Amino acid sequence: MTAPDSTTTIDLVARFPDFVTADARPGFSGFIVKKENLVEVATTLRDEFGFDLLSNVTGVDYLADNKMEVVYHLHRTTGGPGLVIKVQVERVDPVEVPSLIDVWAGADFQEREAWDLMGIKFIGHPDLRRILMWEGFEGHPLRKDYKEAFFEEEVKPFKSRWPDGKHTYAEFKNPFRDNLKFPEGFDPDKYAPQSEDDLYFSLERSSMKKEEGDLNTDHIVVNMGPHHPSTHGVLRVAVELDGETITSLKPVMGYLHRNHDKIGERNTYLQIIPYTDRLDYFNSMANNFGYVTTVEKLMNIPVAERAEYIRVIMAELSRVQNHLIFIGMLINDLGSMYTPSLYAFEERELILDIFEAVSGARMMCNYFRFGGVVRDIPEDAMQKIKDLVFDRLQAKTDEMERFLNENEVLVARLQGVHVLNAEEAIHHSVTGPVLRAAGVPYDLRRADPYSVYDRFDFDVAVRYNGDMYDNYLIRFDEIRQSLRILEQALKQIPEGPINSQKPQYQVRVPAGEAYGRIESPKGELGFYVVSNGKPNPYRYHVRAPSFVNLTAVETMCKGVKIADFVALLAMLDIVMGEVDR
Amino acid sequence: MEENKYEGLNLPNYNIPEDIQNVVSITTLDRLYNWGRRWSVWPLMFGLACCAIEMIAAQTARYDMARFGMEVMRPTPRQADMMLVSGTVTKKMLPSIIRLYNQMPEPKYVVAMGACASSGGPFKEGYNVVAGIDKFLPVDVYIPGCPPTPQALIAGMIKLQEKIDKQSIKKVRWYEKGKVDSNYVPMPILGPDLIDVRRNAEYKEAAAKKEGVA
Ligand code: SF4
Repeated sequence: MTAPDSTTTIDLVARFPDFVTADARPGFSGFIVKKENLVEVATTLRDEFGFDLLSNVTGVDYLADNKMEVVYHLHRTTGGPGLVIKVQVERVDPVEVPSLIDVWAGADFQEREAWDLMGIKFIGHPDLRRILMWEGFEGHPLRKDYKEAFFEEEVKPFKSRWPDGKHTYAEFKNPFRDNLKFPEGFDPDKYAPQSEDDLYFSLERSSMKKEEGDLNTDHIVVNMGPHHPSTHGVLRVAVELDGETITSLKPVMGYLHRNHDKIGERNTYLQIIPYTDRLDYFNSMANNFGYVTTVEKLMNIPVAERAEYIRVIMAELSRVQNHLIFIGMLINDLGSMYTPSLYAFEERELILDIFEAVSGARMMCNYFRFGGVVRDIPEDAMQKIKDLVFDRLQAKTDEMERFLNENEVLVARLQGVHVLNAEEAIHHSVTGPVLRAAGVPYDLRRADPYSVYDRFDFDVAVRYNGDMYDNYLIRFDEIRQSLRILEQALKQIPEGPINSQKPQYQVRVPAGEAYGRIESPKGELGFYVVSNGKPNPYRYHVRAPSFVNLTAVETMCKGVKIADFVALLAMLDIVMGEVDR
Repeated sequence: MEENKYEGLNLPNYNIPEDIQNVVSITTLDRLYNWGRRWSVWPLMFGLACCAIEMIAAQTARYDMARFGMEVMRPTPRQADMMLVSGTVTKKMLPSIIRLYNQMPEPKYVVAMGACASSGGPFKEGYNVVAGIDKFLPVDVYIPGCPPTPQALIAGMIKLQEKIDKQSIKKVRWYEKGKVDSNYVPMPILGPDLIDVRRNAEYKEAAAKKEGVA
């Protein structure tokens, strides 16, 4: 079910003949907009053409053409194919592009990321600080001329490893025998580290105005994390408090920034698959799914019929497991330590057993391949899946709902605490269950169907209040829908080969670009891949739902009590591996 | 007494009459001291990356690390005995890790869980990754795997217990005279790259050399 990238038939050139041209490079699509008119075009697209959701913003460094390009992927929350617009600028510092933050607030973090990693300045962005690296770090690592300290060669496979297999430790090639690199003439004694004032100033700017007659209390700034038991990993948030009320808040991330994009661009296409496992480490199957779907789009190859079903089965099992853990962890955060999460983990173990049986690993499955999957499901594992899906998971979901849904304390904590309404959510590019709990039935399995999801009968789970309780209940709804899909998939799954291609180490990917997206348990998981026909991707970018959803966290938390903040953060269901990449 | 033997408290070759085996133990101070510590290693509640999820899984019903006295995860370093470095150590995170480590009271142990914490793992080449926590902290046990299974983690914990068994109260570093905190690690600084202040002289030398060539 892989069709070439279907862009809309909208003729933007006819609408703006003076400053929009179609992207005519072979394999590319979309429109190139003059940077002076970007905001105008974007506003028109949002207001007239209905592209209310800014999915993805990223940059590409075309070093040979001496150009930098910023790519925007736009979608409609009513569904259907997307639209790509691009801005190209000369690659001379400073590279400047107007910010779209006023059109879509969802551009906020993504633009900051492009500034941090590629050095593209977004004019008009109110808070353009580095986001993944720290202030003071030297260089913009995703530029093509940036070489990391352990740099060996532009791309893999490294000549030293193949065919002779001789190599020394990377440490021996570096003057410091370590992963270090300093600018010339650097003197550590004279170096004064950059302060974090900018971060705290960004809080001040957005703090609430005092009313006449209010008690004059001092605001205090509290740093939560990066080591904090309820920030779900190494997230840090700087919170400004007036008493117990949050007046302003900024997440600080990058504490788990593992350079996924940069390593990905050095890897071959196949070598990236195990790295995607480590993005959202609860759902390696979903990550694999998103990545292979994108590359298959580029390669334009079919997927074996049986493999499509196996993929769906694995992705849905993964979703069930993810949502169960979400519920367990949420209640953990609310103060009921351990017991509910122990129930959740019990089911998760059974699902991980299946992953282990098919792929050999519990968490890092590395299971999908271009054109199919790597192994078939063994007979006994198939039986286990059936037992789980038709029997146990249904019963366990019932059980959990019976125990929890009407629990007085839980309801009191969750009901009526506002998370996001539909407008705010869309404006901040929030996707996934949080968007659906705000009343927007936007699920990529229906809105932009991929794989074989169009063959199943299921409902998009929606709830309409947008409060914490709805956000919690929708997870159960989604588990039920996933089980429905699983039942059908297990009944319909055909016999046959599990890969349409021959097993191969090096796939041939024609030049071009592709943006593939799937509905991961956390939201829209997108991959943007640019190929230049070589064995390695020229540009490889992950649009991680956790990262983009975090954009809305300040809107969500302003004015609430600090105790609710922990629960609100849990609602977003973030995973740091994916936030920081 | 069967259990006591298993717990390693009794000295062998002492024949305690059967009827008082439950109440009397003949042992050395070292053994008693280690026996108490080995069964109550409190880990710091501290997850870094994917490995942390397996660490949580090891705490849950199927694997149940509580059997080894290690279920009391402490969110504060002041109450923790062991730091389980469960995931990729990034340069940006490193100062926080070092600070946490310095705040832990002796006796303290460090376990490097997974390929990342041991050596940088799959992300070693990354510009923001520290190639192994042992560049900064003294690691007691390395657990291989990516991620190590909960079983592997528990096996690593048992190794740590064995290590504790071999320590002697006479020689342990935290009772040495004159040493306030023998394991204090100076805080690294985030500059243009990670600055390990212990190696400042080396950086300067390298910078001078580069200038000399140019
Ligand atoms: S060793 Fe593997 S599983 Fe563990 S943190 Fe590193 S990448 Fe993740």
